[in-house]
Amino acid sequence: MTLRSRLLSPAGIAALAGTALFLLVALLGPVLFVGAAETSNVPERLLAPSAAHPFGTDDLGRDIFARVLVAARVSLLLTLGATLVSTVGGIAYGLVAVILPRHVRRLATGLLDILLAFPWLLMVLFFTVIWGASAMSAMFAIGISGIPFMARLVYNLASSVSGRDYVRAARVVGVGPFGILVRHILPNIANPLFVNAAATASVTLLSFAGLSFLGLGVQAPEYDWGRLLQDGITRIYVNPLAAIGPGIAVVLAGLVFTFVSEALAGGGNGLRAVGRRAVGAVAPLRPAAAPAPRAPMAADAPIAEVADLRVAFGTADGGEVERVRGVSVRIAPGEVVGIVGESGSGKSLTAMALAGLLGTDARITTTAHTFHGIDMTRPLTAADRSVLGVELGMVFQDPLTSLNPALTIGRQLTEVPEVHLRLSRAEAREHAALALESVGIPDARRRLSQYPHQFSGGMRQRAMIGQALTGRPQLIIADEPTTALDVTVQRQVMGVLRTAQRETGAAIVFISHDIALVSAFCDRVLVMKDGVVVEELDAQRIREDATHPYSRALVACLPDMTSDRTRPLPVIPPELAASALAEEVGV
Amino acid sequence: MNALEIDRLSVRYGRTTVVDDVSLAVPAGRTLGLVGESGSGKSTIAAAAVGLVPLAGGEIRVGGIPASGRGAAARGARRSLQLVFQDPFSALDPRMSIGDSIAEALRATGRSWSRDARVARVRELLDLVHLDPDRAGELPAAFSGGQRQRITIARALAGEPSVLIADEVTSALDVSVQGAVLNLLRELQERLGLSMLFISHNLAVVRYVSDEIAVMRHGRIVESGPTEQLLDAPAAQYTWDLLDAVPVLGVRMADG
Repeated sequence: MTLRSRLLSPAGIAALAGTALFLLVALLGPVLFVGAAETSNVPERLLAPSAAHPFGTDDLGRDIFARVLVAARVSLLLTLGATLVSTVGGIAYGLVAVILPRHVRRLATGLLDILLAFPWLLMVLFFTVIWGASAMSAMFAIGISGIPFMARLVYNLASSVSGRDYVRAARVVGVGPFGILVRHILPNIANPLFVNAAATASVTLLSFAGLSFLGLGVQAPEYDWGRLLQDGITRIYVNPLAAIGPGIAVVLAGLVFTFVSEALAGGGNGLRAVGRRAVGAVAPLRPAAAPAPRAPMAADAPIAEVADLRVAFGTADGGEVERVRGVSVRIAPGEVVGIVGESGSGKSLTAMALAGLLGTDARITTTAHTFHGIDMTRPLTAADRSVLGVELGMVFQDPLTSLNPALTIGRQLTEVPEVHLRLSRAEAREHAALALESVGIPDARRRLSQYPHQFSGGMRQRAMIGQALTGRPQLIIADEPTTALDVTVQRQVMGVLRTAQRETGAAIVFISHDIALVSAFCDRVLVMKDGVVVEELDAQRIREDATHPYSRALVACLPDMTSDRTRPLPVIPPELAASALAEEVGV
Repeated sequence: MNALEIDRLSVRYGRTTVVDDVSLAVPAGRTLGLVGESGSGKSTIAAAAVGLVPLAGGEIRVGGIPASGRGAAARGARRSLQLVFQDPFSALDPRMSIGDSIAEALRATGRSWSRDARVARVRELLDLVHLDPDRAGELPAAFSGGQRQRITIARALAGEPSVLIADEVTSALDVSVQGAVLNLLRELQERLGLSMLFISHNLAVVRYVSDEIAVMRHGRIVESGPTEQLLDAPAAQYTWDLLDAVPVLGVRMADG
């Protein structure tokens, strides 16, 4: 997101306006109001709020409103100073810790952990007591006590960045540790740091008010908002505004700091995104034309069908981009259909739309969409959802993100039997164990109590397939299920998928970018490009039957075990390349 | 004459031995393909060669000079090895223009570059990988996956390496783009006389670019030899399994 769009968001505007206001008060307040704020005027002491004295006057007859305005400079300067101390100290400590040798690093982070365990307020009081009660010592006390927290954040952010390939690449070309910190790590963690510094500032402001209120911060005759709060609180029953006035200033300044951190984080733009989602949610399915009459459940009825499917997404500038442009797919019971295409071709979107799984930010239109007799274009009843839960299985590319890492495999595999098949817990567990066994996982009962990270990649993918088998699957959608796996493991997983299909008679929609794999596994293949099906082929006869130049190019550009090694590989010519790739192949 | 020799290399992570007594040689001007499943230790060999992980045993020599250790000679030898990473999306600093990323790698040449020479060299390198030199000031986000992989290749070439190590460079790319990147690597090898260690789990891709192939499993070399010879008549059962698992267009996969 650009700086401009951030500043124009609601949080950005509030942050800008608030900052301008406080800057003005801090600059001009002490100049314009110092007379009213600091000249004793005993005859007018302890007045109640009035037009002349909005917050009343104190025991020396000084205008409290003026004092609040004058105190803004000191309060804000101390806050910024303390935040600066924590931020600079934290960045220095955290970054140095990242490049230390391993054993010293352990010591450094250990010390951090101890300091973090130490109550923060206690640390502030400790330093103030040592250095004596004055504004400066309070500033350093609060600033230094904030260092461990900031250092920990910097250290965590920096260690996650320092493992990235580009940092490794810089090390390979001989960039030293300091160069890596300054050139690669700092710029990449700067954003969260700024956000956090702004958030810290609002906490710091409160702690200053607290310290001064306790009499440990700014000392009379100097005063900041906390000091004014302390003076006012004694008379809160007589003149509430004497305490509430400085309180309001503290709250307002805290709000502005929060808005600044919001704007820096780019959270302000969320409003438009929420709006887009709302539009999608209100109209999840809009019939493009008059809905076709509902297909009767005949013997040759498809298990799933979608006609003239279009999927569009809102763009950042308020427009709309259509990613699937009029695709019709009909899946017969027990059929294995492959969808092949490059990234951005709309193959996954088509499958997800078929399963009714697209998020509410997608705008879907279709003339007909059924799954096993259920009209998917209408709002689903609870019974429909239950049927979908039992009869539809999904296998995704990366099981590490599609399986919940916090739940055991058993918990995730018993969900469908328990919720939709209404089995008891013990029966559901037995069901899940059988499913795991049928995908070739040995010792299935013990494995059920393990977590996804205790499974290897191939095992996790088997578990995903097992999960699809815990219901009564009529359709399994497998979206690049083996792309993250090695060929030998891929072969095993494909075998498991094939066996599952034979045993359950389920249809499979198999999505892949590998046309050879698709042809080796499916009955029928749809070739997709730019959101359109360009050709539909018999899987066994792709090489012979393919007539569309794009399908032919897809076949040609894939090296196989018979490719001529003396010649360059054919590439997809620019005029045929998918639009997302056009510039890519053209250069 | 071998450009890169890996001699009885062992690497341990904690108590696990991930590379166990591996010896490999990349002949000058040729490509050695290293194939194996994930976790077999292929990428660790690459990381060990360029000094990203410490060796537990053995030696790595570049043009006959030991590349392990701290001395200036070893550092120099390591810098004439350059690595192209697998994932072009994480291999480029998202906050640094691609020109700066490539210019940074010029320091691996060990010479000092004037500002003009640096700019000229970056343009030259971008041109070499068929990218528009005028786009040097743009951030990585403005480029597609295949283009980014070209940029990382240009960055690796900036160090004027004698040996290029390509670690799964096409596995994150679409098939059509994969072909273009493979062609580029072969073209560069011919033009610059590079030696290359090409690491991949894709047997068909390794076969296409390599003069020799080494098959690796569980941290050890299972077998190695000239490409045709090895693939026509593999000696090890594991190589057979690998060959057997490659899907072939129009041939139904046997049940696993």
